[in-house]
Formats: sequence, structure tokens, C-alpha cells
Amino acid sequence: MKALVCVKRVIDYNVKPRVKSDGTGVDLANVKMSINPFDEIAVEEAVRLKEKGVVSEIVAISVGPAKAQETLRTALAMGADRAILVQVNDNVDVEPLAVAKIVKAITDEEQPGLIVTGKQAIDDDSNQVGQMVAALLGCPQGTFANEVTVEGEFVVVKREIDGGIETVKLKLPAVITADLRLNEPRYASLPNIMKAKSKPLATKTPDHYGVDIATRLKMIKVGEPPARAAGIKVADVDALASALKELGVA
Amino acid sequence: MAKVLVWVEHDNMSVKDATLAAITAATQLGEAHLLVAGAGCAGVAEAAAKIAGVSKVHLAEDAVYANALPENVAPLITSLMCDFDAFVAPATSTGKNIAPRVAALLDVMQVSDILSVEGPKTFTRPIYAGNVIATVESSDAKLVITVRGTAFSKAEVTGGVAVIDMVASAHDTGLSSFVGSEIAKSERPELTSAKVIVSGGRALKDPETFQATIFPLADKLGAAIGASRAAVDAGYVPNDYQVGQTGKIVAPEVYIAVGISGAIQHLAGMKDSKTIIAINKDEEAPIFQVADIGLVADLFSAIPALTDKI
Repeated sequence: MKALVCVKRVIDYNVKPRVKSDGTGVDLANVKMSINPFDEIAVEEAVRLKEKGVVSEIVAISVGPAKAQETLRTALAMGADRAILVQVNDNVDVEPLAVAKIVKAITDEEQPGLIVTGKQAIDDDSNQVGQMVAALLGCPQGTFANEVTVEGEFVVVKREIDGGIETVKLKLPAVITADLRLNEPRYASLPNIMKAKSKPLATKTPDHYGVDIATRLKMIKVGEPPARAAGIKVADVDALASALKELGVA
Repeated sequence: MAKVLVWVEHDNMSVKDATLAAITAATQLGEAHLLVAGAGCAGVAEAAAKIAGVSKVHLAEDAVYANALPENVAPLITSLMCDFDAFVAPATSTGKNIAPRVAALLDVMQVSDILSVEGPKTFTRPIYAGNVIATVESSDAKLVITVRGTAFSKAEVTGGVAVIDMVASAHDTGLSSFVGSEIAKSERPELTSAKVIVSGGRALKDPETFQATIFPLADKLGAAIGASRAAVDAGYVPNDYQVGQTGKIVAPEVYIAVGISGAIQHLAGMKDSKTIIAINKDEEAPIFQVADIGLVADLFSAIPALTDKI
């Protein structure tokens, strides 16, 4: 069974984003970029399934600028076999719906049994692509996955839900979106990073798949959230206890 | 006036609180209709009909809807949407699971996790883990929206007199089945709707110390218990205790952060709390920059002392 893994190049999770002074967006010039952490977990899961002999080939795909090649090389170094970059111009944001349509078109060509991606990208925080891909393919979805087990023609997914864990059984092919605790991604070894450089990476365009990437949501402006005013420090536990009483909670 | 269909989150017994915030958002857009889909959930529909501001309740009762499997529920919603201009769901794990599937079937780009309604098709929403707020305007003919529960007031659960309409069609796609769930049972209030939350961080050392330190204080205050990602990753408490961008987003009256340094990802989950209290021995900890009341102290002596005094 083939697995398709979708990855996105995003601002590194340790970097605090800065809003551009004209409020048109977030300043990404000279900012460290990385693979979206949830997508990294998705890659790891696919690689583990390959190591278990469940998956035979892993195709990593990304929709993004030319530099998203680096993100795909990260996936290849972790164990993906080949990659497809659906390239757009720098500074073009492709919305989840358009990404989902591209993934659907690639799925039609590649016929994977599993499509794995992160539950959300840490830049736009949309949390949509996996569910949308499943809808467009008419296949089941195991979102916010905490544990994935392939059993014959089915995949059993433990999902992180509000208040606990839910288990669902899905007919293959299926879409899985990775939550934080699905696994702990490996570090790519130096030999594997070198090897990744010679693995095949095809470059396509949204046009090739017949997908219109015009945005549906117009960004009016971006801004900082309202800041909280600085508070006070109390001297000791007694003062804190009386503060709690004043608040009416103790 | 726009007609809005709201997904009612429930457990076939009662309406979940997050729905009430979604209804408030929906009434700001137009006429709010509710969809109650489930099995043996007529009681939920009756309760939903009493919620203030609701025009009509659509009840789809069938075994295929019992566990809100998106494969079965999304086609139901899509079929109803020919009569509606917008679909609104609370941004809960169920809402986030279902809404994008509906959006794609309608060829609509969803607006996720809205914080406010600024116009008929204009909304604010958090991006970059809440470090940036975007104002976006949809150009789609219909809207699909998820609503952040802490950003809207809750609709009143009484005063409404909506009629209940039965939805006939039900179809099992056969793509998925529900195996089971493990929902943590607790005497304490639920994290996302609690008035007071006591949260612990990595400084709590181990599961036993976490329990012995945080639980008595929470019990005395009638508070829910939360934790930072570091505490969850270290295994002090189960992962559904996690407050933060990748965990639960909370906004209680009082949030007490114990031994939590205040990483960006944690602050994103609790900074809308009305009053934030921080107890940490490191006076440089970033948590103090957002705290209304701070106490620089060793938590292992301060928390038991505080628990005794209240």
C-alpha cells in the first residue's frame, strides 16, 4: 500500500511572528522556516508504517514556493521515497480548499491507501485540509489521531477528542490527520540527509492539476491581539488568599 | 435576512455549552436554526428549542447519527444547506471534524475559529497560535464557520419557543464505524466551562506531587484542573488536561497558573481569562507579564499554605 504525506513549509515554531507595520500580513523575510510540526509527525507515522511492512512506498507532497523543496527534503531524509512539489510563486498563500483539491488530483493519479497529514498548520491554524481531502475523495477521515493501526482493509484510529479518546474504524483508503501525541518524530541522520538529496523530487504547478488557487477569503488586515495590562505582585500567601477572597472564588 | 444552520453539540443527553456561544455568533449573522443529529436525542431537541433566539430546531434522529461520524453527518448537513446561507459549528473536536468536510462538499472555504462577527461576511480569527489576529472577508456564496467558544457570550438556555421539525433522510455511507470512547470521568467541572481553573506545570515534578499539590487547592475552590504541555508530556496528568494552542482554549473567571513558566503556546490557550494569577519561584518567568496577580514563591510551601488559608 502506498502512503501520501502532505507537508507544509511554515514559520519555525520557536519564532514569534511579527505583524508588518502596514497590517497587511506577517513579516516572513529572513525568518527561520521549518516543516509544520504536525506534518513532521505525519511523516514519522508513515515511515513507521513502512518499517512495519504495512506501507510499501511513501510519496511526500507540498504546495508552496520553490523553497518548500527544503521541507520535502526533510520528509525524504526521514524516510519518504519520493516527493512532489506543487509550486506557486513566493508570497502566494494557497488556501486549504485549493490545497485539498490539489491533493485530491494527486491521489487520483497515485492511488494511495492512506493519506496522512498534520491536523493543522501552525501559521494559519485552519485545521481543514485533511477533512476537505476526505470529503472530495468521498473517503473516511481519522482526524486528531493519537494511534493508528492498519487491520486488513481497515484502519483503526484512536482520536483525541474533548474530554478523552474516541476510537473509529475506517475503510481504506482513508485520510489521517496527526495530533501531537501520535509519535515523536525522529531526527534525520546525516547519511539519510545526504541520501535524500538524490531521491526523486518532481515539480508541478496547480494548473497541471487543473486547480484554481484564487483566494476565497480576502485578508482585510492583520494585527496584534489586545495586550493585557501589567498586573501586581503580592508579597506573600496571606495577601494572595485575601485577593482570592476579594475575587469571590474563595 | 440570512438563514443560519447551527450544529448542536450534544451527547444524546444534553446540549454542550460550546453550542450556546455558536448560537450567539449565529444570531449576529441572521436567523438561527439548530440541527440536532443523533440517536435517542429528542430530549436534546426539546432543550434546544428553549434556547433564546432560536427560530427552529431540525431533528435528525437515527442510529447512523449516534456518534456524529462526519462521513454520515456531513451529507445530511449538505442536503439541508440548500435552504441556508451559513453553517455554524462550535470549534470543538466534533465541530472541527465535521465543518471542513461540509465546506469542501459545498465548495466553500471555511472560516475557522472566529472571534467576532464584523460584518455579514467579515470575521476576525486567530492565526499563528493567537499571536496575530486576522480580519477576513469571505467571497463564497455560502458561509461555513467554526466559533471559538470563549469569544462569544452564551445564549440563554430558557425563553425560546422554537418548533421542532423532523428531518427524514438518513443514510449510512458505510465508510466508518464507531468502536468506542474513553471519556475521563470527573467530579470536577469541565475545563472549558469552569469558572475557576488551577493549572500546574513542569515544576510539579511527578504525577504524585502534581496530585498532592494541585488537587486539594482545586477541590477547595471547586475548580477544574489544567496543565501545561510540559506537564502533560512528562506524564503528570492525562493529555485532555492540557491548556494551550494545541490543547484546550479556556477563558475562566480566574485562572491560577502554578509553576508554569508561560510558553507562548500555553499563553495562547488561557490569556483571555478574566483574572490570571501566577505562582512561580522565578520572578523573570514570562507568565508574570500576563498575570494580574503574581506571587514569587516556592510552590511546594505556598500552595499548601494557600489551600489551608481559604
